[in-house]
Amino acid sequence: MNIFRIIEQLSEVDSDVLGRFDSRRAVFKTLGDTAKKGALAAAPVFVASLFQKAYGQTTAPSVIDVLNYALTLELLEEDFYTKMIAAGQVPTGAPAAAIALIKKHESAHVTLLTNTVKALNGTPVTGKKFDPAKFPADYTTQLAFAQALEDTGVRAYKGQAGNLMGKTAGSTNLLQVALQIHSVEARHAAHIRTMRAQAPWIPAADSNLPAPLGPVYTGAIPESNVTQSGVNLTSQLGATYSANDAAASFDEILTMAEVLDASRAGGLVV
Amino acid sequence: MSESASSSLLARSMRRRSFFRVAGATVAASTLVLAGCVKDPVEPTDTQVTTLNLGEGDTGLLNYLLLLEQLEAAFYQKVVTTPPTDLQAGELAALTDLRDHEVVHREFFRQLLGSNAQPTIEFNFSTINFSSRASVLAAARTFEDLGVAAYNGAAKLFTSREILALVSKIASVEARHAAFIRDLIQPTDPFGGVVEGSGAYSGLGTVLTPPQVIAAATSFFPYTIVVSGLPTA
Repeated sequence: MNIFRIIEQLSEVDSDVLGRFDSRRAVFKTLGDTAKKGALAAAPVFVASLFQKAYGQTTAPSVIDVLNYALTLELLEEDFYTKMIAAGQVPTGAPAAAIALIKKHESAHVTLLTNTVKALNGTPVTGKKFDPAKFPADYTTQLAFAQALEDTGVRAYKGQAGNLMGKTAGSTNLLQVALQIHSVEARHAAHIRTMRAQAPWIPAADSNLPAPLGPVYTGAIPESNVTQSGVNLTSQLGATYSANDAAASFDEILTMAEVLDASRAGGLVV
Repeated sequence: MSESASSSLLARSMRRRSFFRVAGATVAASTLVLAGCVKDPVEPTDTQVTTLNLGEGDTGLLNYLLLLEQLEAAFYQKVVTTPPTDLQAGELAALTDLRDHEVVHREFFRQLLGSNAQPTIEFNFSTINFSSRASVLAAARTFEDLGVAAYNGAAKLFTSREILALVSKIASVEARHAAFIRDLIQPTDPFGGVVEGSGAYSGLGTVLTPPQVIAAATSFFPYTIVVSGLPTA
């Protein structure tokens, strides 16, 4: 039994599968130790109890939780671009115009999400800032951070789509709005990647980059993944496709826990 | 496509279903819907093909997205086969990447749909001048922006959480394509016309319903596309 393969498949239906296990990381460690000690016979029982714990209770985040999570990321992005514009190193012309426009979009997302949380009688998160101590001194690195934030945003929204199915605020379909924001984050990500002279889509090799970029492309399902719904895209589609094309054709999800991990967006928030 | 390929979705679903029976009831329910999809055939077409009915439910929606992926893949295939001579250095390689991505999307949807997948369609590209870079890239922008808006409007209509997840993984890649094409032809206006600039929906990407998308692309189809069976909300 390959527990990681099972979790990978499960995450296609339940984007928060890792979130369910996250607080039980120690359990995984034990699982690894058990396997090393050769006590494999005990593994199925162990795994069964793991799933029992994970699914034995309702752990799906509430709509407010999802919206506040999205709002946290939008606040982070908005503040990052505010700092970037204030730092004054973005070249005038097309680059400055693009950064100003992207900042404007992020501010609009903040407003929209804040109003939606209020409309649902929730309390919107406020005051989430990009850690000044992590803010890069030079434009080139600032742009790399912008790419990391945008590509994280794409994966984060994708990861919560399932939790917004059928949810509305008044007459507004929240899933549709989230998908519309998701597509804008993807346009931002692609544009910034182009500004950095990178491919606008994510090649399999990007997971090997140094932080802040590399960790963005890793995860339970890394961006290098070539298997969708059990189909290996490189070999099972009737012709052969390269791993790069297969991986770049699909963006992957990050779970809430992964996004808020210290190595990703969680490490940049104060 | 081999027989094993077309039957594999159901086989996979069954394997998963038995796993999910212990894993979680709501999860199992969504896989059951997926397995149930295969009951919904695309309307048979007679020998004098004049219409293509995309069908109903999740299967109909997948066929709708397959239609758009077929359209994009066929377009880029034509571009790559006889590229405009005024394409700039590196652009053909990038357009070949786009062709490959769209073909992977198309073949993946075919695989998901199995025997319910629509036939291969010969599109009408007579309005596009394939010997002109400007004409080709303008058409590419139209197809990609339309695709992004179509995914934005269709994804929420799926009842299967698994299919929603798969579709959203492709949707953002289409947005990357759209942004890329715009950077080639209008680098100083990367988001104009596709991201709402003011008002309550400021910062949101364009969304179009299936009838709106089909109407916008109608000149490319060799016959009438019927979307009346697709869910609307």
